[in-house]
Amino acid sequence: MKFSLGKWLLPTYVTLAFIFTMIPIAYTFVFSFNKVEKSNIAWKEFTFDNWLNMCDQPVVCEAFGNSLAIAVISTLISTALGTAIAIALGRYKFKGRSATNLLLFLPMATPEVVMGAGLAAQFLNVGISKGFWTIVVAHVMFTLSFVVVTVKARVATLDPRLEEAGRDLYANASSVFWRITFPLLLPGIMAAAMLSFALSFDDFIITQFNSGPETTFPKFVYTAAARGIPPEANVIGSLVFIVAIAIVMIVQVRASLKAKKLRA
Amino acid sequence: MAFVALGQGSAGNSSAPKKASRVAFILLAPGMIYLGLFFLTPLVSLVITSLKTASFTGEIGMYDYGFQVSNYAYALDQYLPQITRSFIYALIATLMALLISYPIAYFIGVKARNKPILQAFLLTLVIAPFFISFLLRTFAWKQIFSNESPATQFLQSIGVLAPDQYVIGSSFAVIAGLTYNFIPFMTLPIYTSLERLDTRLVEAGADLYATPVQTFWKVTFPLSLPGVISGTLLTFIPISGDYVSASRDFLGGSDTAMIGNVVESNFFRIQDYPTASALSVMLMAAIVVLVSVYVRKSGTEELL
Repeated sequence: MKFSLGKWLLPTYVTLAFIFTMIPIAYTFVFSFNKVEKSNIAWKEFTFDNWLNMCDQPVVCEAFGNSLAIAVISTLISTALGTAIAIALGRYKFKGRSATNLLLFLPMATPEVVMGAGLAAQFLNVGISKGFWTIVVAHVMFTLSFVVVTVKARVATLDPRLEEAGRDLYANASSVFWRITFPLLLPGIMAAAMLSFALSFDDFIITQFNSGPETTFPKFVYTAAARGIPPEANVIGSLVFIVAIAIVMIVQVRASLKAKKLRA
Repeated sequence: MAFVALGQGSAGNSSAPKKASRVAFILLAPGMIYLGLFFLTPLVSLVITSLKTASFTGEIGMYDYGFQVSNYAYALDQYLPQITRSFIYALIATLMALLISYPIAYFIGVKARNKPILQAFLLTLVIAPFFISFLLRTFAWKQIFSNESPATQFLQSIGVLAPDQYVIGSSFAVIAGLTYNFIPFMTLPIYTSLERLDTRLVEAGADLYATPVQTFWKVTFPLSLPGVISGTLLTFIPISGDYVSASRDFLGGSDTAMIGNVVESNFFRIQDYPTASALSVMLMAAIVVLVSVYVRKSGTEELL
């Protein structure tokens, strides 16, 4: 009886846990194919209609488009700002490092509702009306620290002698950066941008407080929940899921191919 | 040069060349000014708003600058049950997430260590929920356990629920929903710690006649503590401010409202900005105190 139980216990537990985490994803996917008359609660009939006409509910597609635009713009800004900070932290000695670290850590340790209500209170006090751009401002704010943490890990692996070699060969500062530092940091920057995009795209709480009349996809789902979510929302959710999983798989396959090449 | 003035005598090296420190300043300034403008000053705005008084005109949603500390007493008096409930829910959900996530993280980080394909596959499964809106996932749970659903009827038929009892609307549903949504945030940091675990230490424990349980508590668990600490923080903090799971349109009912629900309704429905702000300030203060005590007790100062 010696640990034969233990041998099976862990894999079984892990399998059950994964089934638990996958149930709502499978549910959302399956019910994107449901033929819906009034509400998408009970299963009626299999149909491709929702997928073929996913913009039949224009609000859903508009919200989705807004979410994409906001995620792209805020990711570009926060990746640029965050990469600069990460390089400074990883490469230079300067006073006020612990204060800088604290200010970067705080947004990650603050509940979203506090950041959302705080920024909304500030917009209110200053008299700025909320909309598309206030959402972008809010998203850059809360994704910035995550970009810094991700890129900083990559800066730490960088060999400073490569940059020195560039300078020895009479490259000026900007070509050292663009031809040596930046390409070496690129995988970290891409990972940070992907993380920032995902965080922005799925954000609801901070968005709700700073969106005014503007709708995003998560905000649409939240508002629609009272009446029942239309199947088109399931379609868009499933579509995003499939695209994201495909990207992750491509990245992983490429990484393992590269590892194989290095070993060969 | 605000940065230079900020943290004198800290880790920075004062003998660093002047030019390098100017470059660092140029790199840091845009992002840090951004956080100052849109993260720090909003916290100040929150405090200012929390002290405002009702406007003389009596118009809804209009407030004058003031120093009405009694807003805090009012918020506490009105919403104490929701405040305590938030922390109780967050505590239980964090512990449940730890219980579910630790074995997953252990399996991926230790057992699957020499099987890179399995490991990559399982890690993808861990982060997969991130790729579908958490609102859709939470709503899916609501549908699965809706009052007329087969799942609820089954629970009623085997006697887990009374015939007039339902899943949705209960504290259990809200806590389960919160737990579910934050499992990846718990699993990933613990996995990162366990991935680096030197398995020879575990073997050494066995060689010294420790039982597997003893080895786990004396060797494995303490070594994974940094991951457990950041995992519990990454779960507890967002859960304490969450208001989606506890919302009546999702998994909550009439007595499951948390602090986030109250902030939301005060801000949007009754436009009582001072009370909403006072509640947010109190939540933030509680989190700061909790985090600093917790981090000090567990001895991990380097979080970032």
